[in-house]
Amino acid sequence: MNLYLFTMILAASLVTVLLRFLPFWVLKGRRTPDYIVYLGNVLPYAIMGMLVVYCLKETSLLKAPYGIPETISVLITVLIHRLRRNTLLSILAGTVCYMFLIQAIFR
Amino acid sequence: MLFPYNTGMKDLNGTYAKDSSLPAALKATVPVMSGYVVLGMGFGLLCQSSGFPAWAGILMSLIIYGGSMQFVLVGLVTSGASLLSAALTALMVQARHLFYAISMVDRYRDPGAAKPYMIFTLTDETYSLVCTDEIPEGCDPDRYRFYVSLLDQIWWVGGTVLGVLLGEVLPFNTAGIEFAMTALFVTVFVEQWLSTRNHLPALIGLGSSLACLLVFGPSRFLIPAMVLITVLLSLFRTRMEQKEAGQ
Repeated sequence: MNLYLFTMILAASLVTVLLRFLPFWVLKGRRTPDYIVYLGNVLPYAIMGMLVVYCLKETSLLKAPYGIPETISVLITVLIHRLRRNTLLSILAGTVCYMFLIQAIFR
Repeated sequence: MLFPYNTGMKDLNGTYAKDSSLPAALKATVPVMSGYVVLGMGFGLLCQSSGFPAWAGILMSLIIYGGSMQFVLVGLVTSGASLLSAALTALMVQARHLFYAISMVDRYRDPGAAKPYMIFTLTDETYSLVCTDEIPEGCDPDRYRFYVSLLDQIWWVGGTVLGVLLGEVLPFNTAGIEFAMTALFVTVFVEQWLSTRNHLPALIGLGSSLACLLVFGPSRFLIPAMVLITVLLSLFRTRMEQKEAGQ
């Protein structure tokens, strides 16, 4: 388990380091290819959508509690963020809401 | 004091000129501190409640140093994902760092011995502070940016350590703490949605992932989803660039 954990961390670290250093090695003042610039503009939006789905992937709509705690907590997070646009507040509200729901209501 | 390099600027007495980079950087990173300490604590708590040894979360904050990726990695490890999916996920989730680096190539041309560290620490928040050319008065730009980079990582690692310790000593029920990751991504998603009128990329991300989740199931959908997203974004390139130009 520990070796697996360690190699997983190392793999993620290597890729991250590579991404951060690559432009400094290959670019050195040259122009960035247009396709890469385009991907850089649109990819973050798409990936965030993917990560939201990733987080909720184990939620079952067919078994109790039918994804109700997740739905409520996501809606609360969205609502609070639309109202206040304070990232920390939104995360805290959503998490506390979810923890309360699964610990106290949907046990 | 810790100076990884000196500015080479000496005043008339032959001593190094007084430099206010550290206090200025400290002031600039206060907003990041609150975010990083709280999120870092959430991450540390999540690592503890996932049964990770104490070193794992701290090591991630030291050598990956990217909030989203660290949270996702906890999920990948718990579900026993392969090394390939960890690497590919890192590639997609961290891809934006490539663009932070691209825009810093000129500014980080010659900051001295700390250069590799300053490149390694280009996270979203650090980038937002160092990408500006407005450096506080009386500061050496390179040294100021180095302190900002260093302090930000100190806040992040510090938060992680606090979270790990807290998870160790506090017997409170952490069930559901993993939702912090969902809430983080939902928040960023909403924030991005509000900041642009072109919602196609966000919808492609959501739609491709949902479709792949239904087809491939929860443990295998990530890689096909990343491929599909890249293909669709490439196909829609001309249309989206026209839309962008038309706005």
